[in-house]
Amino acid sequence: MKAVIIGGGKVVYFLAKVFISKGYEPVIIDQDKEDCLWLSQQLKAMVLHGDGSRPALLEEAGAREAVAVLAVTPRDQDNLVACQLAAKMFGVPRTLALVNDPENQEVFHRLGVSVAFSTTHIMATLIEQQAGLEEVVNLLPVAQGKVTVTELLLHQGLPSVGRTMQELDMPAGSLIGAVIRGEQVMVPRGPDRLQDGDRLLLISTPESYGPALRCLMGKEV
Amino acid sequence: MPKSLFIVVVGCGRLGSLLANGLSRQGHNVVVVDRREEAFAELSVEFSGFKVVGDAVESETLRKARAADADCIIAAAEEDNVNLMVAQVAKEVFGVKRVIARVAEPARELAYRQLNIETVSPTSLAGDHVLMSLARDQKENPS
Repeated sequence: MKAVIIGGGKVVYFLAKVFISKGYEPVIIDQDKEDCLWLSQQLKAMVLHGDGSRPALLEEAGAREAVAVLAVTPRDQDNLVACQLAAKMFGVPRTLALVNDPENQEVFHRLGVSVAFSTTHIMATLIEQQAGLEEVVNLLPVAQGKVTVTELLLHQGLPSVGRTMQELDMPAGSLIGAVIRGEQVMVPRGPDRLQDGDRLLLISTPESYGPALRCLMGKEV
Repeated sequence: MPKSLFIVVVGCGRLGSLLANGLSRQGHNVVVVDRREEAFAELSVEFSGFKVVGDAVESETLRKARAADADCIIAAAEEDNVNLMVAQVAKEVFGVKRVIARVAEPARELAYRQLNIETVSPTSLAGDHVLMSLARDQKENPS
């Protein structure tokens, strides 16, 4: 499966590595010549030098067969145009763009980009959601932050450990979607009891996030 | 005199300044936007419109230029992608009726025409002009 990545530097290097490890065949388009050279020496991937928002270059990169195009340059206009051309001219089913101005996230959605993500927005959400808590190991804002999915790691001493779901009395607007215990994944029901070492997937609205954490962790958040 | 329009011109380079000066002279209300303040030196002394310094791909800049009230936005910056993005944001987000984008690369121009963006390409215009004038020469003086 081919995926076209537009951009340069370390971000693209690590992205391409992740793609390769998941069995994709990444093709990189990068404006910076030296960067291209470095990337092509580090990665088993095709690297093209030039402007990824030019139709000719997208075609050369194999956009026609690509399952996704990912545009992560520091310039919003280039990311938008690359994604739109990929979708309109080459029928790429899924386009992803980095937006630098967080306001453009909404704009990109309206203009047809499948996924627009803003690092500013993600980092701001992380700070807002107190991801600094040691128990919070992962956090994912969904639907522009209207829902958050949080991965929590339970340890001895927390008020929720040893209690059943029924006893927990989670606040409205929150739900424990799954409990991961060793190799096992289960969707917890009323009588199920939480244990030390469990990983929980907490699904919540932003308003009930704090109360839900308090209920599980007993901490002021 | 026909009704004067409120026109936002993005980019104050060679084309942008020419348009802004000309439209202002015709009596239209013009706001010209450019990332660099120095660019406004291209405006004539009679230019009576407003100047906004800022990057037009940020919605905040277009708001400062009162894009939502504009009768027309002309995206005439140096970069094609800036113009294509500004044109679409003006149309879809700010609801501007008439939007024209300057696009230098003919291949990109074609794709955006299909997206219903009105484009003008200096490259195609100059190219067509030269080809036509050569063809005319050949017709008049067949060798």
